[in-house]
Amino acid sequence: MAQRTHVPISVLLALGFIALFVLFALFGEWLSDHSFRATSLFARLKPPAFLGGDPDYLLGTDQKGRDLLARLAVGAQITLIVAVVGTLIGAVLGSLLGMLAAARRGATEVTIMAAVDVQASLPIIVVALFVLAVFDNSFSLFLLLVGLTGWEVYARLVRGATLSAQEHGYALAIRALGASPVRVYLLHILPNVLNVVLVQFTVNLPLTVLLESALSFLGLGIQPPLTSLGQIMSEGRDRLLTAWWLTVLPGAIVFLLALSVSLVGDWLRDRLDPTLTQRRG
Amino acid sequence: MTRFVLAKSLRALVTMLIAVTLVFVFIRLSGDPAAALAPPDVGQEVIDQVREKLGLDRPLWQQYAHYVGSLAQGQFGYSIHTGRPALELFLDRLPMTLLLGGTALAIAILVGVPLGVLAALTRGSAVDRFAMAFSVFAFAMPNFFFGIVVILVGALGFGLFFGGVAGSQSLVGLIAPAATLGLAAMGAFARFARSSTLETLNKPFMIAAEARGVPWLRRLIHHAVPNAAIPLVTLIGLSLGGLIAGSVVTEQVFAWPGVGQLLVRSVETRDIAVVQFIVLVVAFTMTLANLVVDLLYLAIDPRIRVR
Repeated sequence: MAQRTHVPISVLLALGFIALFVLFALFGEWLSDHSFRATSLFARLKPPAFLGGDPDYLLGTDQKGRDLLARLAVGAQITLIVAVVGTLIGAVLGSLLGMLAAARRGATEVTIMAAVDVQASLPIIVVALFVLAVFDNSFSLFLLLVGLTGWEVYARLVRGATLSAQEHGYALAIRALGASPVRVYLLHILPNVLNVVLVQFTVNLPLTVLLESALSFLGLGIQPPLTSLGQIMSEGRDRLLTAWWLTVLPGAIVFLLALSVSLVGDWLRDRLDPTLTQRRG
Repeated sequence: MTRFVLAKSLRALVTMLIAVTLVFVFIRLSGDPAAALAPPDVGQEVIDQVREKLGLDRPLWQQYAHYVGSLAQGQFGYSIHTGRPALELFLDRLPMTLLLGGTALAIAILVGVPLGVLAALTRGSAVDRFAMAFSVFAFAMPNFFFGIVVILVGALGFGLFFGGVAGSQSLVGLIAPAATLGLAAMGAFARFARSSTLETLNKPFMIAAEARGVPWLRRLIHHAVPNAAIPLVTLIGLSLGGLIAGSVVTEQVFAWPGVGQLLVRSVETRDIAVVQFIVLVVAFTMTLANLVVDLLYLAIDPRIRVR
């Protein structure tokens, strides 16, 4: 158990990028003198400073003369909030439903698993597009929709883990001592299935980031005046060939973020899953 | 075995019915469909007429029965904006989406599976490391970003302009979006083909075959591949959802005139009849695909028949 952990360089780099991204999202706005919304007719479509642009606008400006650096910082902030809150929504909702299904069995279980089947036969982006066509888009609705990403996977995994956990001696013993079902499941069984949830969380987080960016890229997610990395890409797309930095920079951030989180997630899964370690010898 | 088939079919049917019900509920929750469907700036009488015509003045359960009934009869409503049946608009776009999705799937299988098998056979080598790095890359790469890079590199580096109807008529114009769409599945196939092959190679029957002196290639083709193929069949079936989801974005990036583009445009213009129809088609296709995967399992893996 207490052996020295060997962390591969790729995972270290990934952790480094994640830390950098979080710092950029939190404090990036201070790097720029401009507000992310301030337009300027005189500073439209300036290239980044490293391409010979104005050093006042480090990463250049968009078609409205807004500073790309400031926009990326705010976009990263929104992307981070949506990713973390969204993933939490899915994890909590899915895990609770999965646990409820295992605990109650019977009609409850049948109902929940039928809902899981339905979700599994509808890609979340199609569900999100349908809901956005029917209801008015708002930040909270969008957050909820993105949060639904993968809830059915949590439900399935946690149901399976709970089914086996609740048959263990400790669960039976606590129940025999007269603990309430809520206490048994939340205080005793939940910590034992948390491994499964944690690993799935790292699989889901990049998917949430990608869904948020994809919907915002389609112009159906985060709406102006707010912005997100996907939304910045969507605005820059029409000028791809003349001002490529407007789309490529936010796109590269989204890609690197999703990549870093998956790398850390893969590593975590290998460390937490004892069957994998054994198979590797 | 008959029970297995029946149980799976029943489950698919229930899933489809729930999807239909959810679509019905959501559309009813969204507000007054009569007001949305009536022409703008008309009096209350006209809206009431529309309501009566659509049966919206009847009790909810009758409306629901009517809705399911008309779906069963193949009446899927009309687009608000073009006035054409939703089905017709969809069928117009379908061939282009099938072409794109089919090519993407073919590219994903033809590149991903051999890469994964090769990685498993040369475990720990540079090929193996490349294959694994590639699968992580493919998973994390957003298709809209990859598509944009492809367009950018094509235009600036090779003078090739992808996208639009003109782009879709040349081979390169098909390969570029198809590779973009198939990238994620390609990575998943490589990863699964690798782990599935590795698992099979270590099975006792493989060791037994080696001990009997079965030649290497025969062991691979006759013993390893059929067994390793079982999880792959599932994966290919399950990748359909990813392809459908991906095509929505990819078609938008490459201005590909398919169903995905129609869906996004209909969501933007709130053309509920079209959106609803596409959602139902996706649910139906994926439920059917899941059913086919389950039944294929039966054909490939005889052990399930005994249970």
